[in-house]
Amino acid sequence: MSAMWIAVLGTSAIAFALKYFGHSVPEKYLSHPRALRINTLIPIALLSALVAVQTLTDKTKLVFDQRLAGLAVAVIALTLKAPFPVVVIGSAAASAAIFHLR
Amino acid sequence: MGQNERVSPVNRTTAAASFSVSFTVGLYGVAFGAAGIAAGFSLTQTCLLSLLTFSGASQFAVVGVLGAGGSAISGIATASLLGIRNALYGMRMAPIMKFRGFKRVIGAQVTIDESTGVALGQTELGVDAMRQGFWLTGIGVYIFWNIFTVVGALGAQAMGDPAAWGLDAAVPAAFLGLLWPRLTNKRERTLAISAMALSLALTPFVAAGIPIITTALLAVAFGWKSRP
Repeated sequence: MSAMWIAVLGTSAIAFALKYFGHSVPEKYLSHPRALRINTLIPIALLSALVAVQTLTDKTKLVFDQRLAGLAVAVIALTLKAPFPVVVIGSAAASAAIFHLR
Repeated sequence: MGQNERVSPVNRTTAAASFSVSFTVGLYGVAFGAAGIAAGFSLTQTCLLSLLTFSGASQFAVVGVLGAGGSAISGIATASLLGIRNALYGMRMAPIMKFRGFKRVIGAQVTIDESTGVALGQTELGVDAMRQGFWLTGIGVYIFWNIFTVVGALGAQAMGDPAAWGLDAAVPAAFLGLLWPRLTNKRERTLAISAMALSLALTPFVAAGIPIITTALLAVAFGWKSRP
């Protein structure tokens, strides 16, 4: 089985197990203030890392290319409170423009 | 129409909120479908992630990690850390929904940010409205998210080279769009910048995927003490 299939099925199985677990245990577990705080922060850390890695790396190298222009447009759009599709399409357009100019 | 007698203005409010959230969030599915294809997943694999995983951030994470060359294990681990919050939503919703048997299976699958958010938003309208909001939003997002995943995946397949269409930048932009509303105070913004810096600093030295999941340790460090 390829890595992709393992990832698809493994992610799905654990995602469902987590959801089902939540409906099956009393709320007092995992409701410790520290656990709740860390749980709020984990998506922030992982999503930030994903933004950085997907924008500025290629395999194990740091690279500066058209994606950085795309991300800059996304930051501007989000600062201006643009809706999600505008953010994504705007950054794709900027990145594609630089790609074709180079 | 005997049904109409039971649809009070309260329920219409809930239904309207559920529909608008379902459709708007479902549209993000286009971005995910395209991201899956751009990361090298097949059409079937991309669609199965939306059908089975059904949790946006986790789905983007697993295709992001594998697309960047990471292993299946680091992809699964990163996605699963992002899915822990769904367990917390389940604990929050369980006393309200009181699912039994097969209904718990279906209810669990649609326990996500949006269904929980809309349900809790109906608190003042009573427990029936909360349940209605949970089901309408959960099922609504499920339907639209999966339809738009197919649209995005087919679109990306037709495009060819992802970079020529800017898809290589659209994926991190989508992550940023998921991240942005979570940055509500200074600690969260400092954590975001630190996680970006740490992941980039580790990139040349460790296998792809590891720099991302390592930043979960930063979240633990930042959340340990209860300063604002």
